[in-house]
Amino acid sequence: MEAYSSVVASSNGPVIAVKDLTRTYLLGEVEVRALRGVSFEIEAGGLLAVMGPSGSGKSTLMNLLGCLDKPDSGSYLLESEEVGRLNDDQLARIRSRKLGFVFQTFNLLARTTALANCELPMLYAGVPNGERRERAERALELVGLADRMKHHPNELSGGQQQRVAIARALVNDPAIIFADEPTGNLDSKSGIEVIEILQGLNRNDGITVLLVTHDPFIARHTDRVLRLQDGRIVADEAIHHALIAGEAERPSNLDLEEEIA
Amino acid sequence: MGLMASAQVALRALSSNKLRSALTMLGIIIGVGAVVTLMSAGNAVRGFITDQFQSIGSNLLFVAPGTFETQRGPGSAPSGKGLTNGDANALLDPFLAPDVAAVTLELTGSDVVDSGGEEAFLSISGVSPNYSELRNAGLSAGRFFNIGDQVAESRVAVIGPIVVDELFPENALPIDEQIRIGDVPFRVIGILESRGGSAFANEDNVVYIPLSTAQTRVFPSRGSRGDFHISVIYAQAVSEDRTSEAAEQIENVLRQRHEIMPGDDDDFTVISQAEILASAGDVLGVITIFLGAIAAISLLVGGIGIMNIMLVSVTERTREIGLRKAVGARRQDIRNQFLIESVVLAVVGGAIGVVLGLLGTLGIGLLASDLNPTLSLQAVALATGFSALVGLFFGIYPATRAAALNPIDALR
Repeated sequence: MEAYSSVVASSNGPVIAVKDLTRTYLLGEVEVRALRGVSFEIEAGGLLAVMGPSGSGKSTLMNLLGCLDKPDSGSYLLESEEVGRLNDDQLARIRSRKLGFVFQTFNLLARTTALANCELPMLYAGVPNGERRERAERALELVGLADRMKHHPNELSGGQQQRVAIARALVNDPAIIFADEPTGNLDSKSGIEVIEILQGLNRNDGITVLLVTHDPFIARHTDRVLRLQDGRIVADEAIHHALIAGEAERPSNLDLEEEIA
Repeated sequence: MGLMASAQVALRALSSNKLRSALTMLGIIIGVGAVVTLMSAGNAVRGFITDQFQSIGSNLLFVAPGTFETQRGPGSAPSGKGLTNGDANALLDPFLAPDVAAVTLELTGSDVVDSGGEEAFLSISGVSPNYSELRNAGLSAGRFFNIGDQVAESRVAVIGPIVVDELFPENALPIDEQIRIGDVPFRVIGILESRGGSAFANEDNVVYIPLSTAQTRVFPSRGSRGDFHISVIYAQAVSEDRTSEAAEQIENVLRQRHEIMPGDDDDFTVISQAEILASAGDVLGVITIFLGAIAAISLLVGGIGIMNIMLVSVTERTREIGLRKAVGARRQDIRNQFLIESVVLAVVGGAIGVVLGLLGTLGIGLLASDLNPTLSLQAVALATGFSALVGLFFGIYPATRAAALNPIDALR
């Protein structure tokens, strides 16, 4: 795989540094304290997974990190810039320049070619027409879809659609890619292919990747696992021998705790 | 993101759902088509009526007995003294009415006309010999009356082409044939050219006879002072720009002859062609506005249709909006996209509507060969501008709703 990112994350300081992040929202009359003070850092070039049962605050954390939502208190430094207090338009700009998103349900525009889907973030970043096309083509080549550029999402398999989504997340050369359950809607083979691409982007191009997953086997392909429970980080574990996607067989009855230890 | 990019996105969204876009535009298409067609037709009718009056003869003034207030309807006995031959002759006085060049007199009535074989109830007009010149009435065959016929009270008739068809279905050229008006026999000496229906009456369907004959033999109309009554005086002004002066002079002469005290109302009415034209124009203007209003309502309904579809579209595309926001679209980018979508729908609909209106205009031209409809550029500009406004106005609410969507909720 050729090097994609021109700027291999080498800046001083972590890509993301959050401190005492809290977020409470109202669900009808009920006050839900989704995050109760979360602090951690993500180094440039990191590949990590966030795990936790539903209701643990994963989604809230991802929304905050993804600049789709604002924290009630605490600080969020993205590449040393405080982004926790920005307004909607400023956040949109941050999302457009620095963040890439991969969703569980792909979220590609229907009736729109893979190429046009990949051009979308650049449209909002103000990239000129010709360059937009060139960069989208390069990103699609990178995820192995050079021959599918003119296809519409309904002509692509789930795995291929997710690869288009990864290409779309890549095109603006983001500081970090957030992948929210990227394999959740895929069969295990396509899922591993997707992880292989994300791993490759991280290992070869130095792109920072954070993925949310329920699947301990997927999590073992990363270098670090953050475990969330009841709005707090309950474990922050390094994985010393991350699995290489495609090489490891999925164990029939996996015990993650044992592996990490 | 610039407006061009927004426009690109909007066009792509519209073209990816062509059927819905087309159906949404339908209201605007019909509305604009209706506006353009109706306004073109209105202009054509206006032009037609102007032409009609030109054909009656320019600088012509009509003098009728009674006033519009006191007249009880056509054919009813007018109040006041009525008009007489003497009144008409007085108008020729070069000192009292210097701007009146000529007058022609007409006494109208109706009776059963019999050609021996056929019988019909027709309008009869007794007219002066110069009637045909003043009223621009040409003949297709034979001759019109002359002074001799007038003096001799000759029983001769000039008939319109429809009368020919009715009375002589087998003879297209019934010159010298005999007809009876009531009990009085007449000889046909001329046939009028077809003039088509005018704004007031169909002159093709009239039997013309000399005024003197009408006044003595057909509709005896001797007044209390021994003078003969007439139905209308046509007065020709010396030139078109002297018609209002001529009208004033006629009024003065007749007031004097009718012994009307200063301050009292006239017992006659002088109407210039310009006035008739103006009032016909007023009526047409009202009708045009009325039709325009109906068409505008259909535009409004079209606009509401656009809003409806845009709202549905916003709901249906919630995920798309969420995704666009997640990858960096600002509020205004989303708002612009949806606004442009609705304006494009309205304007493209408007353009198709203009084409439809053009076809409608041509259609009217084919159906009504008397009319010469031309595409009203004013209507085109108005309708297109209005439809763009409609698109903008009815797009604002859906676009604002789309822009206000929270990306987190939208992506869920």
